[in-house]
Amino acid sequence: MIRSVPRSRLFDALYLVYLVAFFVYLALPLLVTAVFAFNDAPFPSLPWKGFTLDWYFADGSGGRTGLFHDDTLLSALWVSAQIAFWVTLCSVALGCANAVLFERLEFRGKELLYLLMLLPLVIPGVILGVSILVFYSGMANDLSRSWGIELDVFRPGMTLVVMGQVTFITTLATLVIASRLRKFDRQLEEAALNLGATPVVAWFTVTLPWLMPSILGAAAMAFLMSFENFNTTVMLTGSDTPLTVALFSRLREGSTPVLNAVALFLMVASALLALAVTRGDSEKS
Amino acid sequence: MRSSASRLSLWLLLTPFLLWIVLLVLLPHLQMLRVSFQVRESWDTLDWGFQQYQNFFSESYYWRTFVRTGVMSLFTTFLTLIIAFPIAWYIARLARGRSKGLLFLACLIPFWASELVRTYGWMILLRESGVFSAWLQALGWADGPVEMLYNDVAVIIGLVYNGLLFMVVPLVTTLEGMDENLVEAGYDLGGGHFTVLREIVVPWAMPGIVSGCIVVFMLTLGSYLTPILMGGKDSAWFTQQIFTQFITRFNWEQGAALGVLLLVLSSLIVWIGLRVTGQSLRKVMG
Repeated sequence: MIRSVPRSRLFDALYLVYLVAFFVYLALPLLVTAVFAFNDAPFPSLPWKGFTLDWYFADGSGGRTGLFHDDTLLSALWVSAQIAFWVTLCSVALGCANAVLFERLEFRGKELLYLLMLLPLVIPGVILGVSILVFYSGMANDLSRSWGIELDVFRPGMTLVVMGQVTFITTLATLVIASRLRKFDRQLEEAALNLGATPVVAWFTVTLPWLMPSILGAAAMAFLMSFENFNTTVMLTGSDTPLTVALFSRLREGSTPVLNAVALFLMVASALLALAVTRGDSEKS
Repeated sequence: MRSSASRLSLWLLLTPFLLWIVLLVLLPHLQMLRVSFQVRESWDTLDWGFQQYQNFFSESYYWRTFVRTGVMSLFTTFLTLIIAFPIAWYIARLARGRSKGLLFLACLIPFWASELVRTYGWMILLRESGVFSAWLQALGWADGPVEMLYNDVAVIIGLVYNGLLFMVVPLVTTLEGMDENLVEAGYDLGGGHFTVLREIVVPWAMPGIVSGCIVVFMLTLGSYLTPILMGGKDSAWFTQQIFTQFITRFNWEQGAALGVLLLVLSSLIVWIGLRVTGQSLRKVMG
């Protein structure tokens, strides 16, 4: 079935129906989630009762608390943003170093180390969270019991969440940056060296600008992945709950249109982030 | 001088890598393995033994859920592949120009929302007071509210939805690199659609198929939100039991053992998949 091979009318029509059905399937859940963020009813379901912005702006006086007056959700949003910031910083920095290590240098055991680098991709997120909890939190417990030393950093909390997420997001960042580094023309760097630049100067003026689109792309991906992660996060979180965990416990209590409001807010924010990165990307090239 | 500089840069780059892989991946997993062989006798004495693993095999609830999770994950992966393949084929080979890019972007839409939001969307659609139920009643096809949530079909719908993106992208990438002359030659030599698909297209797309399947399988096997929120009373997922041991019962030893078992299952199935299809992890993931 390629363009040059003739197809029957019926086949084409069926194919089209399939495509439409597929994209409806993709869009429908997100569409209804978005629409019910504006329904003037206390429960996100039909019938449609009219348009309202209460689920964003109501201040609690009329029995409704909108997202922007909901302190629990807002502080959870802030916690998630902080976690995502640190995860992005660490995993992109590690990703850059790893990319150069595996694309540019030759050393013994490289194949084995490359496989180790890929390992976090084939470990379920829950297990990553559990193993870090057992190792670090267990260590903090043992130290406290045996010597009375309190290592609170390693108790469930923001530090552990960042560590857990960095574990697998680093691999993804490495793959993104390495695939761009592979396409780099090394003669450009050699030209810089011939013209008298030191290796460090050549790296910052020639190689790094070339890598920039992939670094930004990796950063956006890392930020989104961290913000949306649940499986690893829930094992490691302490008293300061990130957004996905807060939303999950809300959802278990029962669904309200505030959840739709948060969901739509997140969708728009991630779409804008994705758009900004692809736009910057196309301007560069 | 030159060699000492390159040695220095090697160590400078190797150090962060080793810190990351040893401190965040290797040591924690070894510790998890160690803890799974511990047996708590009283609050401060420990012994070594296979107690946690014996519990797993003697409690039918554990291993039934384990088998169920594995089988359903494999089925979900297969279903995702079947659903995604025609879409990827259309984007890679039949669509042209602008529509190609737009369709590809449309496949990425679900990724704008987290797994929690996607699952929530399906709950709004499928539950008793949900949108589908209301539509069915409005059309006169149902007399009362219809409950479509809280069963295995709902779970699979949600899981396939979560995995589609990770299947479509690698498939499109490999199919785009295929030479159409191969397909034409297949037809010229008298092959039918099915023969061409089986003898030419699938072997060519194998790296993409394996890569997509591995990612979708891992995501499905390790997923928690979708089976919990969309599944019924009987549709337990294995990750749920790990969560229960750690968070509700504080039984780390048992939880670690269940974690090790899940890791063994996933590694085993990925390894078998790579073996059967003759691919390597490096080729399909790197």
